[in-house]
Amino acid sequence: MKKKIVKWIIPLLFFLCIMPFTFLESNRVFAFSNQVIQQGSVGDDVIELQSRLQYLGFYNKKIDGVFGWSTYWALRNFQYEFGLPIDGLAGTETKAKLVKASKYNKQFVKEQINKGNKFTHYGGVDQKKQSAPQPNAPAKTPAKAPAAKAPGPKPAAPAPKAAPSKPTAANTPGGFSSNDIQLMANAVYGESRGEPYTGQVAVAAVILNRVNSASFPNTVSGVIFEPGAFTAVADGQIWLTPNETAKKAVLDAINGIDPTGNALYYFNPATATSKWIWSRPQIKRIGKHIFCE
Amino acid sequence: MIRGIIIGVLAVGVAGTAYWGYQEHREKNAILINAENNYQRAFHDLTYGMDLLHDKIGSTLAMNSRHSLSPSLVEVWRLTSEAHSDVGQLPLTLLPFNKTEEFLSKIGKFSYQTAVRDLDKEPLSEEEYETLKVLYKQSGDIQSELRKVQHMVLENNLRWMDVELALASGKEQTDNTIIDGFKTVEKTVSGYDESDFGPTFANMQKKDDNFKNIKGKTINKKEAVTIAKKYMGFDGTAEVKVTENGKGSDYGFYSISVRNKDTGQEGNIDITKKAGYPVWFINHREVNKQKISLNDANLKAAAFLKENGYKNLELFESTQYDNTGVFNFVTTENNIRIYPEAIKVEVALDNGNIIGFSAEEYLKSLNDTREIEKPVLTSEQARAKVNPNFKVMEERQAVIVNDLNKEVLCYEFLGTIGDDTYRIFINAIDGVEEEVEKMKNAEEVYDEVI
Repeated sequence: MKKKIVKWIIPLLFFLCIMPFTFLESNRVFAFSNQVIQQGSVGDDVIELQSRLQYLGFYNKKIDGVFGWSTYWALRNFQYEFGLPIDGLAGTETKAKLVKASKYNKQFVKEQINKGNKFTHYGGVDQKKQSAPQPNAPAKTPAKAPAAKAPGPKPAAPAPKAAPSKPTAANTPGGFSSNDIQLMANAVYGESRGEPYTGQVAVAAVILNRVNSASFPNTVSGVIFEPGAFTAVADGQIWLTPNETAKKAVLDAINGIDPTGNALYYFNPATATSKWIWSRPQIKRIGKHIFCE
Repeated sequence: MIRGIIIGVLAVGVAGTAYWGYQEHREKNAILINAENNYQRAFHDLTYGMDLLHDKIGSTLAMNSRHSLSPSLVEVWRLTSEAHSDVGQLPLTLLPFNKTEEFLSKIGKFSYQTAVRDLDKEPLSEEEYETLKVLYKQSGDIQSELRKVQHMVLENNLRWMDVELALASGKEQTDNTIIDGFKTVEKTVSGYDESDFGPTFANMQKKDDNFKNIKGKTINKKEAVTIAKKYMGFDGTAEVKVTENGKGSDYGFYSISVRNKDTGQEGNIDITKKAGYPVWFINHREVNKQKISLNDANLKAAAFLKENGYKNLELFESTQYDNTGVFNFVTTENNIRIYPEAIKVEVALDNGNIIGFSAEEYLKSLNDTREIEKPVLTSEQARAKVNPNFKVMEERQAVIVNDLNKEVLCYEFLGTIGDDTYRIFINAIDGVEEEVEKMKNAEEVYDEVI
């Protein structure tokens, strides 16, 4: 309980200290666009939101431009402290309060992200001390952000190189890493790049159905690399670089779209060599492939 | 003179080619042997695993004290999962070898479910002992069949690469010993009656009963087309192609593909024959630039569901992937979330159109007559069951499907331990911790992909 009070009091005191500056400089504040920012969002507004929350000491994770759970709780704490309705949404009122209470040095943040530096954005701390160049070896992380007066500024994880002013992280669906998705995209691309989009989603769905089926291995990689399971794996086409469409198709399939009606097998009737595959009960045809039980 | 030189050059060339060819041949052999060894290892591991499994089930049966059963069942579970993964490594996919894998999977499920149970409170029933006995016998049968194959493989120096080539070329070689041997194994397993596994296994494989909870009359093709156009926002002039499901499907559906003649935009949808519910649809196109916020898209998705007559849905998760937003809605009844009834809607963030929709889970679990029990525990009592380091931020009641595939009423606690967020479900009747889910954090972008 005591800890909790301290956690609130410090940012509050802190906020009171920097109040005068805030008012002085309020005319050169960079404000949000007028969208309501909700959990799951990605982009510049989220970077600003995280920076501002960090400025006030509510948010002490990496500023990565993805509105995840840490940002959500930070925002709710902010709303609680400032007597706003606690809904975890950055709406007009919340944003106005936030803009009034904090500063956002857009140039600094953007520059740091572009350079791939690790940095923090706490108020009242010299900005020069808040950034460290990307270390060459990721193992070297002791370059601590100066704690100074700011409450618990943890050194942010090394920021990866990213495209200019893009978020440095991405949402991935629960239970799958972006590498799983990449692997599936490879398989989908190798197996069905000539197919319509729905046909590609269908191939991804078959992979997922197999993962869930008792008769097949229980992991994405196990299913894909099961010997003889996919021709693209056997002839090496899986190592072609997949395009964005294949990745979208995989995401759609993971998000529950199964165009195949729970199929476990598919084949191309023009090239199929196994007689056995024809004996499977067929569900439907999408593009060149027939999907079966 | 010139002739001499040419002959010399050619001779060197021939010698060089021969040498190169020999090198290639050796490399190819090395790789073949490597692949062969992998298969051999998987196969011998499998037979060894089946040996162990059989013995272990046997000793489990012999155990007198019910206390020592749990560790023993856990061991069975571990062995089955290893055997299962060995089967997965053999090049048998094009062979009907599912039954054996399914069999392994069933033993695994059975041993897991009984091992995690508190056997003091709820000891193995008579039927479960019977099941165990049957499993013992069956694993013995498989073991002996596999041993036969193994013996032949070793005796005749059979190679798995030959099996793979035989399968790949599609030539039904009747004299391939390995294939024949495995076919026998498969036959042995499929001879086992499903009912051997007792009542516990009735719901093991999620059987789809043609969306049994959906009520309504069967629609015809024309009605299906109308529904398709309405859902996907196509006007009357669009080209339409309708096909019915094949015989292999669990449920009856129409597959409809709609194409706008002017823009070339194409969408696909499956609609159930019963009552005409869309199971999923895709209205794929490139989404180039984000123009609306995730929140606006959220409102559009909610409005879309409402327009189409879905009631009592509440947003539970929203995520942005590049320029599309994915929204997960679940049913809420009297402030109780019914998690199995989930619908996902995908919205393009340029103009807010719905470009993807999936309701399969929803249709499978949809149940208007679901009776939700009254909680026995109070929320404080349930809260006492969670890890003391867990800081509860939100709480509510929810229905989830648990490990045993049953719908249970739970208290749901959303909160944090350190920097991580968790969702914990405590059974509201008996206080069992049904599920602990760590919420996913955003993943770092390691490299610019494409």
